[in-house]
Amino acid sequence: MGMTMTEKILARGAGRDSVRPGDLVLAKVDFAMGHDLTIPPAGKIMREQMGAEKIWDPERVAVTQDHFQPAKDAASATLGRLTREFSRDMGIKWYFEVGQGGICHTVLPENGLVLPGELVVGADSHSCTYGALNNFATGIGSTDLACVFALGELWFRVPETLKFVYHNRLKEWVEAKDLILYVIGQIGVDGARSKAMEHTGEALRHIDMEARLTMTNMAIEAGAKNGIMEFDEVTRQYLDGRAKRAYTPVSSDPDAEYEKVFEFDAEKVELGVARPMSPDNYSPLSEVAGTKLDQVFIGSCTNSRITDLRRAAAVLDGHKVAPGVRLIITPSSHQVAIQAEKEGLIGIFLASGAAWTTATCGACLGGHMGVLGEGEVCLSTTNRNFPGRMGHPKALVYLSNPAVAAASAVTGVITHPKEVLNKMPAGIA
Amino acid sequence: MTLPKVIRGRAWKFGANIDTDQIIPAKYAIYSLDEKELGKHAMEGVPGKEGWSAGVAQGDILVAGSNFGCGSSREIAPVAIRGAGIALVIADSYARIFFRNAINMGYPILQSPQAAEGVDEGDELEVDLEEGIVRNFTKGDEYRSEAFPKFMNELLHMGGLVPWVRKRLEERRRVATARG
Repeated sequence: MGMTMTEKILARGAGRDSVRPGDLVLAKVDFAMGHDLTIPPAGKIMREQMGAEKIWDPERVAVTQDHFQPAKDAASATLGRLTREFSRDMGIKWYFEVGQGGICHTVLPENGLVLPGELVVGADSHSCTYGALNNFATGIGSTDLACVFALGELWFRVPETLKFVYHNRLKEWVEAKDLILYVIGQIGVDGARSKAMEHTGEALRHIDMEARLTMTNMAIEAGAKNGIMEFDEVTRQYLDGRAKRAYTPVSSDPDAEYEKVFEFDAEKVELGVARPMSPDNYSPLSEVAGTKLDQVFIGSCTNSRITDLRRAAAVLDGHKVAPGVRLIITPSSHQVAIQAEKEGLIGIFLASGAAWTTATCGACLGGHMGVLGEGEVCLSTTNRNFPGRMGHPKALVYLSNPAVAAASAVTGVITHPKEVLNKMPAGIA
Repeated sequence: MTLPKVIRGRAWKFGANIDTDQIIPAKYAIYSLDEKELGKHAMEGVPGKEGWSAGVAQGDILVAGSNFGCGSSREIAPVAIRGAGIALVIADSYARIFFRNAINMGYPILQSPQAAEGVDEGDELEVDLEEGIVRNFTKGDEYRSEAFPKFMNELLHMGGLVPWVRKRLEERRRVATARG
């Protein structure tokens, strides 16, 4: 019997010829990540409780200062300091200081640190993002990360794999975000609980790497262990000039076993949102159009890479943010911000009346720079909208793609982007 | 720290898909290294449960629906629940990172759809952790829980991943010394 990509990567990590779903394995980790909320506890557990003095391989660890940094208060400054000191003491090679990195899940791919065929763990639930680059990547806790730091290996239960096949192509205006929100709406927030989501099909061949990262990013919103995609020309081109190590792509065997295969016609997927208060609360845009907004947030590891900002800027160009609404735009990395500056996007944002911030997780997790108050309504390009995620438990958050967010900021209500812009310019769509 | 054989306590009932932002809102992540402070805010994000932890007696039991602990990877979710005084969590099912984190901490959790269905808030429970049996004294019922894979059970009973890593580090050091 053949194996899926996920099974092959776990088998290699465990030093075995094959594994089956349900097997518990001890596997070697190729790359690990932590940030300002998860490094302080991981460092403390590793040194004070596990008694380890150094980490297994400082060249295979990245640390970002992204969640509550630049420090939002004195306590966050302490977490930032502990993160900085641990990274320095351990000689971590890929440490990204405030102003030089940004959100972990954008920083690692753009620096070519997470590669095809690899086993990657991150002490953050959205670490599943990296799977678009044909690797096994999953979110872990701080004790897990301490174990990886001490030993270079970790226990895993080999997941069953669910296969998602997307036939045909996405329609005009419909983005990868709409597709993944639709899929989560179909299967639910626990629809892939502890399982692998393997995405494949024609629709994926026509979307770029950043759009693919948006899809694997949200695997956790269906409860999945990981999201993974095939290696193709798009993957190879993205990694050319970026990859920091040699890599070996992996593919699923033709006779690999799937727990279930879901087939979707991508052409039939409509522009949509997730309504409050759950990412699986999918609704076609037409059903919520006109909903009045207090805040629009374009940011996060889900939808604030350069292609996302280009689409937002194309919609906002020449327009103003509606009175009574605030638009907050947070690039997902420093490199994204530099590129946005080069392309003149920041000027468009500022002229529209948007607040442009430094790269940080910020408002997405109700941290800072855009926390919602009681009863406020927000349209956000982020990944989850459970009660209290972006601030007050009674704030209402809708999730959408960046073009919808930008158009809605211009009108002040949830709006289809074609009402603000006739057609997405070629090369941006 | 090894697990007690029997836990007795009063049940606190929660629904399905309770995510980590409800278990411990992200703003309290600044207290990542302070279990007691986290405990004061446990479950505070669940609408209508503000101030919940003040009513918890040490040793009480939290009973929840399916997919408990979905959302973030933050380990402070089970830490906050433990900090509030909850001795054991029983759920219909768990989101995977919460599940890992609890096992890694050596914090007892049980998966029991029967208990999640049958238990009401305030019921007096006695849980035999070795047998995986939940007795409901208030209702006179008994519920079974699902057995965990052997390795996870071992981790849980030895006190979590910390002692396990210590043991492996010692083994490695011994091998390194023997090789000179």
